[in-house]
Parts: sequence; C-alpha cells; structure tokens
Amino acid sequence: MSAKHGAAPAERRDGREGAARKPAIPKAAGSKSKAAASGPTRRMGPIVPASSVSGNTLIMVIAIMTYLAALTVGAADLVRRTADDWARDVVRETTIQIRPAEGRDMDASVARAAEIGRSAAGVVDVRPYSKQETARLLEPWLGTGLSFDDLPIPRLVVLRLSGETPFDAVALKEKLEREVPGATLDDHRRFLDRLVAMARTIVWLGVGVLALMLTATVLSVVFATRGAMAGNRDIVQVLHFVGARDGYIAGQFQRRFLRLGLKGGLAGGIAAFLTFMVAGFTAEQGVGSAAVDQMDALFGRFQVGASAYAGVVAIVLLIAALTSITSRVTVYRTLRAMN
Amino acid sequence: MLRFENVGLRYGLGPEVLRDLTFAIEPNSFQFLTGPSGAGKTSLLRLMFLALKPTRGLVRVFGRDILTLPQRELPGLRRRIGVVFQDFRLLDHMTTYENVALPLRVAGRDESSYRAEVVELLGWVGLGERLDALPLVLSGGEKQRAAIARALVAQPEMLLADEPTGNVDPQLARRILRLFVELHKSGTSVVIATHDIALMDLYDAKRLVLHEGRLHVYE
Repeated sequence: MSAKHGAAPAERRDGREGAARKPAIPKAAGSKSKAAASGPTRRMGPIVPASSVSGNTLIMVIAIMTYLAALTVGAADLVRRTADDWARDVVRETTIQIRPAEGRDMDASVARAAEIGRSAAGVVDVRPYSKQETARLLEPWLGTGLSFDDLPIPRLVVLRLSGETPFDAVALKEKLEREVPGATLDDHRRFLDRLVAMARTIVWLGVGVLALMLTATVLSVVFATRGAMAGNRDIVQVLHFVGARDGYIAGQFQRRFLRLGLKGGLAGGIAAFLTFMVAGFTAEQGVGSAAVDQMDALFGRFQVGASAYAGVVAIVLLIAALTSITSRVTVYRTLRAMN
Repeated sequence: MLRFENVGLRYGLGPEVLRDLTFAIEPNSFQFLTGPSGAGKTSLLRLMFLALKPTRGLVRVFGRDILTLPQRELPGLRRRIGVVFQDFRLLDHMTTYENVALPLRVAGRDESSYRAEVVELLGWVGLGERLDALPLVLSGGEKQRAAIARALVAQPEMLLADEPTGNVDPQLARRILRLFVELHKSGTSVVIATHDIALMDLYDAKRLVLHEGRLHVYE
C-alpha cells in the first residue's frame, strides 16, 4: 500500500500531547543510581490475591482433619503405651491362684504356695494376698459392704520376677499342682499376649485411619487448588504472557496454600492439645472412684505422653507440607493442561 | 525476528481460521495488522505471542521453531515480546505500579532495582500520578496506557498490540500511536492489530491485511 499519509502526522498532530513531551523512551531507568535515589522499597502485594482462594473453607477442612488425625495419634499412643505396660507386667509378675474347696485349709495352702514360689528361681518377691485384700480387689465389681465369707473366693499369691534370672514357669506349675491342691500358676502370658496383639492391631488401625485422613486432606487441597486456579485463570494467563515460568506461578499458589495449611494445621493441633489436656485433667480428678480405678486397671492412666504431643506437632507440619506440595503439583498439572 | 511459512491454524476439528500465512516481522520494523472483524487478527497475534501453536506450517520466533521448542524455553522467548491486550488484562488486585512492574517481578528482579525504571515509564505514559491506583478506578485510556507500559517495561524486542486504540477517543488514540512510534524509533519491532483505518492513515507503515484467513502484505 503506497497511499500513505506520510510519517509525520502522528508527530504533527500530537505535538502538544503527553508522549511528545518526552520523545525518548526511558531506557536508562534501570541504572543503580536512579534506583537508589528513588526512595525506600515499595511493599508489593501478593500476585495471587488471598480473597481469590477459598481460604476459610479450606482452613476449616484442614483444621478438622488435623484435629481428627491428632486424636488418632493420641489414642494410638495411649494404646501403644498401655500395651507396652502390659507386656512389661507379663515379664515382671505372675500369680498363683488357689481355688477353694470343701475342707481345704486355704491359709495353709497359701503359705505353702508362697514357700514354693519363694524357692523358685527368678522370683525376687512373693506377696500372698490375705482374704481381706482379695475381697478388696473385688470391690470394684461387687461393691462394698458385702460379706465374702460365704463366697468361694480364690486366693492369690503374686510372684514378682527379677527379669534377669530365667523363670521356669512349667516347673513351678508342675510342683504347685503336685504339692498344693487346687493351686494353679496363672499363666496370664497368653491372655496378655492377646491383649497386646489387640492393642497393636488398634495402633495399626490408627495408622490406617491416619493415612485415610491425610489422603482426604490431600484431595481437599487438590480440589481447592483447582478451584483457585480456575478462579485465577486470568492471572495465570497474564503471568504466562509476561514470561513467568511454571515454577514461579506454582510458587505463588504454593505459598498461599502453605499459609492456609499452617493456619488450619495449627488450629486443629491446638484443639487436639486442649482436648488431651482436658481429658487428662478430667481423668486425674476422677482418681479414687471405682469407675476410674477400673479403667486405670484395664487401660492404664489416661495421660497422653510426650510422644503423642510430638506426634501432633509432626501431624501439623506434615499436613502443612502436604498442603503446600499438593497445591504445587496440582498447579503444575493444571498449567500443563492449559499449555 | 519472527517468520511464518505456510502456517495454518484451526481450533479443534473446525475449519481453518488462518490459511497459508507466509510473512516475516523484521527487526526494528513497524506494521499494522488489519482486516475485518473475525478475520483472524487475534488468532494470528496469539500465534505470534506463543499462546497458540500452529496446526501446520513453520513458525520461527527469534530463530526458534516453536513446534519443537521445549515448554521450559517458552518464558524466555515471551520475555522478549511485549503484548498489549484489547481488554488490557490488568490484574485488578494490583496497583498500576505493581501491574506495570509485573514482568520485571516475575523475571526475579529485586524491587529496588527497577523501581525508578517503572516510575519513569509510568510518568512517560502520563500515569505518574496514578501509581497507587487500582485498575478499577482507572479510566479506559489510563488502563490502556498502563497495559502499554507493562508491555514496554522489560524493553521487549517486539511489541504486539491488539486493538490498542479500540476503547479510547481519537485524541487518545493518536497519543497512543505516538507512543508506539517512539518505541519503534528506539529499535523495537511493533505490530499493531487494528481495524481503525483512520489510525493507520496517521503513520506510514507496512500493512498486513487478513481476509478470510489469508494474509496480504502491503509494503
């Protein structure tokens, strides 16, 4: 096309306008001296606006998941420690039980059984339970004020084992059966082994539940990230056009989600801490009552250990890290699809 | 700088919207890209700023074939191209200053190293008093100039503008054209997509005319 109106018109007609006031495009503006002279650094706002990510909802989901995961960790820790206690008790103690029978001198039988127990290798202490002490053991089940004279209550002799010298349970059992009628060595190893196995199963179930919760958290973050990406599609496109690398864009979203993950994780973790403390305090207050004593006897004292608190901290950090990493991976995948 | 050879583009299974395009954008050149609405100007611009890949033909940008270019190298090429969108594409949650500084920020530069540069450029486009204004309170002309400043701030080797005067009055249109002419004089290749004949008549430059998906070049 040759019918042009010359190169000058723009200059001629716009001679009074803004661009013409300064004909040269600023090129030297990047010089250090000018930059230094331009005053303090401006605080730059976030590239991904906080309001564009459904933050509150995600924080709540993460907080709930963290709370449940932390409770699972606490419960698993409680069961694990109780199982360890049971296992230790099995090694430390065993009991001789003497069943009552018509015409049997129970006190003499208890004395003889204690004597045999004392002579057995590996036994460091023998404690025969009197009739009154045995009755007291039954109080949580039968209540107080009952006369146990007419009840055929077995008598107990508790043997404390050294744990270092080998203890021959079979030999002791045979000797008791031979010499003390009605006496049996209460080999509660099998019973306790089952309880310990059950407790360990519960711990593994807890691990499984924890894994499911973490998976649910990851999926929630994936959905939230996809939503945020869809809501910020314009921003992502502009970032692409101005030359941002995928890693830079992913970093912007990752930072936002890490913050959400930390907020939600901390909220859930603190709630779990408070729950542990309140439960421990409540259990402490109930010490002495039959119900609490019974629970203590079966499950041990309700007191979450330091390992559980450490586990909660680990859960908080893990969930924050998972949130951050998941959002990054999701952004990368979405960007690949967009490209 | 940018070379198209027998380039065709179709969206999905639809008809070809661009057919057999063969042309080049030379260094330090100035051209208008024009044609009726729906002729494919925006699609061609999208090919030029690497937002699309052709369905056939060869597109070389700064000597690189974009069909074989690894994804990770695209940002490097995009930084050498400034784009002014018809709808500005300013980020509403960022101030004018932050919007204009965005290309430098994503390039990893420290804010203190480019502050003077951005402030000076904003002054040059007449937005020196609007540094902290959000796009929502800017007029159409101010948004347009902010978008132009953002495209220029990284001193690109090629500037692509899609209907840069489509939303402004004739006086401001002339002023914006003046900005592009100055930019061209400073060594940047400029492509302005427009169907504003009056604007094109203001400056003597090559015209790339798209009609029914085909390109005709008028020197």
